[in-house]
Amino acid sequence: MITLKVNGEQRQVDVEDDTPLLWVLRDELKITGPKFGCGIAMCGACTVQADGTPIRSCQTMAADAAGMEITTIEAISGKEAKAIQAAWEELAVPQCGYCQSGQMMSATALLRDTPKPTDGDIDAAMWGNACRCATYHRIRAAIHRAAEIMEG
Amino acid sequence: MTGSTGLTNGGLTTGGLTNVSRRSVLLGLAAGTFVLATRPRLSFGQDKVYGADAMPGGVKDDPRIFLSIADDGEVTLLCNRAEMGQGIRTSWAMVVADELEADLARCTVRQAPGDEARYGNQNTDGSRSMRHHFMPLRRIGAAARQMLEAEAAARWDVPVAELRTDSHEVVHAASGRRIGFGALARGAAERPVPAETALALKTPDRFRYIGKAALPLVDNHDITTGKPVYGIDAQVDGMAFAVVARPPVYGGKVKRYDATEALKVPGVLKVVPIAAPGIPSVFAPLGGLGVVAENTFAAIKGRSMLEIEWEDGPNAGYDSASYRDTLQSAAEKPGKVVRNDGDVDAGLAGAARRVTASYYLPHLAQAPMEPPTATARVSADSCEIWCSVQNPQAIRNDLSQRLGLPAEKVTVNTMLLGGGFGRKSKPDFASEAAILSRAMDGRPVKLTFTREDDIRNGFLHTVSVERLEAGLDETGKPVAWLHRTVAPTIQSLFAPGAEHEGGFELGMGAVDMPFAIPNVRVENPAAEAHTRIGWFRAVSNVPHAFAVQSFAAELADAAGRDQKDCLLELLGPDRKIAASALSDPWLYGEDPEKYPFDTGRLRAVIETAAREAGWGRDLPAGHGLGIAAHRSFLSYAAVVVEAAVSDSGELSIPRVDIAFDCGAVVNPDRVRSQLEGAVVFGVSLATTGEISFAEGRVEQSNFHDYEVTRIDTAPRRIHTHLVSPTGFDAPLGGVGEPGLPPVAPALANAIFAACGKRIRSLPIRDQLA
Repeated sequence: MITLKVNGEQRQVDVEDDTPLLWVLRDELKITGPKFGCGIAMCGACTVQADGTPIRSCQTMAADAAGMEITTIEAISGKEAKAIQAAWEELAVPQCGYCQSGQMMSATALLRDTPKPTDGDIDAAMWGNACRCATYHRIRAAIHRAAEIMEG
Repeated sequence: MTGSTGLTNGGLTTGGLTNVSRRSVLLGLAAGTFVLATRPRLSFGQDKVYGADAMPGGVKDDPRIFLSIADDGEVTLLCNRAEMGQGIRTSWAMVVADELEADLARCTVRQAPGDEARYGNQNTDGSRSMRHHFMPLRRIGAAARQMLEAEAAARWDVPVAELRTDSHEVVHAASGRRIGFGALARGAAERPVPAETALALKTPDRFRYIGKAALPLVDNHDITTGKPVYGIDAQVDGMAFAVVARPPVYGGKVKRYDATEALKVPGVLKVVPIAAPGIPSVFAPLGGLGVVAENTFAAIKGRSMLEIEWEDGPNAGYDSASYRDTLQSAAEKPGKVVRNDGDVDAGLAGAARRVTASYYLPHLAQAPMEPPTATARVSADSCEIWCSVQNPQAIRNDLSQRLGLPAEKVTVNTMLLGGGFGRKSKPDFASEAAILSRAMDGRPVKLTFTREDDIRNGFLHTVSVERLEAGLDETGKPVAWLHRTVAPTIQSLFAPGAEHEGGFELGMGAVDMPFAIPNVRVENPAAEAHTRIGWFRAVSNVPHAFAVQSFAAELADAAGRDQKDCLLELLGPDRKIAASALSDPWLYGEDPEKYPFDTGRLRAVIETAAREAGWGRDLPAGHGLGIAAHRSFLSYAAVVVEAAVSDSGELSIPRVDIAFDCGAVVNPDRVRSQLEGAVVFGVSLATTGEISFAEGRVEQSNFHDYEVTRIDTAPRRIHTHLVSPTGFDAPLGGVGEPGLPPVAPALANAIFAACGKRIRSLPIRDQLA
């Protein structure tokens, strides 16, 4: 039995230690905001935050996630997250939307560290999040817009 | 109704799987108790039907099927097309709400289940959802509005002509009376649906939503808060989780296996043999061994512990390097003539100069971010399935036959698709889920393709060699054009021994080549398929446009002329070319009278893209502009790419301009977003996209070796330019696919302008180093 803190709640799960956090969230806890895309940390769809840092949940073993504050798209909060969500809607970023929870988790963490990111900062923080609909240039614009929103 | 941000999406979020209604009753125009006859289509004396009317299941435009109005006025619309990012759920509602004079913020969109007899055609492919349904949706909205008005007129005892409808209310201006939709709904539902000839459609100048930008998207708020339910998110009580070990070679099967170790993995419940189909396999599962477990990871782990000996079958020798030689050899010899104007042999023989080039495009995988996945619950007398599919009705038919159940006992719930690009119109994965649930004695099973499964068990984009030869006169003007297109056909999926491209493939840019050249011959030598070939965004337009538009630029280079000027000259004077004159009997299934090849429209997008991109402007060293244009899916697209090639051969793309004419534009922002996506999708396939085979097996497995374009390698700026010269008088063209074909050739042409290197083989990868 592993105890995880997910979205502010203590949750107990009966899985093998090496089970990736992604499958614990999705299959055991029915938290489906984090998506399966590749299983090898090559697409970013499964991105969640662990103690505020974006991690790929498909490459984080359940046992290693114990003791961390895990936050998924469903419970993300704070001024960066609000600004990202507002900018995403304002610029109508999503197409199919599948990768967007991962995109937004990465983008929120970027703004927390770098409130006024350059295009280079955005490339460095976001290149690991693939989008087959290819919403990239709206993602870039929305991150800049979110930075503006945060400035008020 | 939830909140004031606009349109909501009822069906797919919290309502989720038990998606009946958030209200206990749905009143008004709800269709539950009606037995509906399809309104006969007007025939206009035609023998042949086209467009939506020619599709399986046809068109349904009865408002009682698609629309309900509750007592509180809430309008619920059923969307009959799958949403995979193209925005159809939003556009669908915009059109109905406009004619209905409903307030879009009081409309909820739900997804229709798979039932073609009831809802009409459900194939979400071919860039035709809005093209086929714009008018039926308008009729649905208008008919319902007129039923509401008739009810108000009867209640108030006034002539219906004195009423108008505005923003969810029927208004009698003379007496100042107003009444909401909710109050009228029950009575209106009892009234007859007006005949098509009695419908008063709005004039386009009165559209409130159609053609307007900046409307909220139906699913966006949910997406930004992690709520939408994609196929992979389906939750069914008690479900188990599964993956399948499939034969690595198309046509292979399990020779023997040992599941002992797999079954020892904690959580693994069962290993289920799945029969291999013959070749061609159509949409059937490939066979192999299903591993069912208590969670997906246990299933994956169990699968890795299976000991399997495969029998590879007839495609064990499929090797992409040697197959490329096979295609090239075929392209060097005459093949089946599929278009023949004038006398190409004489034209070539008499030419002052001949130019020849061959282009190679490899297999590609659609690789939607959500891999194929389905959740099925199969009992002795029924089946229910939840999945991300482009054609739910095909699954219903397949499962009905496979399980021996009447169609009405098979319920197919179409979930949101995490991308499709053609992969999810081949529902092998849904069949697998049903097979596994049945093997689990009815326990629900969620079947997931891992990314490796997706890359290795695709319905791949074809592989092709396109050989072009032209004869030029003394001035450099082309007088003869010979195109040999060699590629395994999608028909090989259905028909044994199919080796020639079908009309639907040749009509994607090979025969329907519009250049004003007196002698044109298109040939299609045979090519044998050794893997499953399927539809991929824009399909055969991708190789055909790459070859034709690259070659057009090569002819300009040969003549020492400007690419754009030459392209416009090749196009010739503005004219409308009948499909028959292009030897194209297919024309995307549309009416040739309605959709001639209008070279003036192609010219207009070329000129727009060139003007907006600053064609001819001064560029930094190592930068170049390239142009390409192509008509597909009845729409016209032109792309100008600015490419930059560094001294070390590194490619970057500072800017892309795309000009687009799809006729009437319903949802401008979603048209733009589709074009933006098409540009990057095109860059991705041109720069890194390749699926290759060795010993019959796909060599790639995941995003590390099947690379897709990321934010840092995507074009830095994309400018979309919508050209709609005739507004709503123009018949609609497609949107989702036609932006793609001109991207790769425009990039190749830009690279040539930037550094003098001609790209004739995709992907570009390290060819510039």
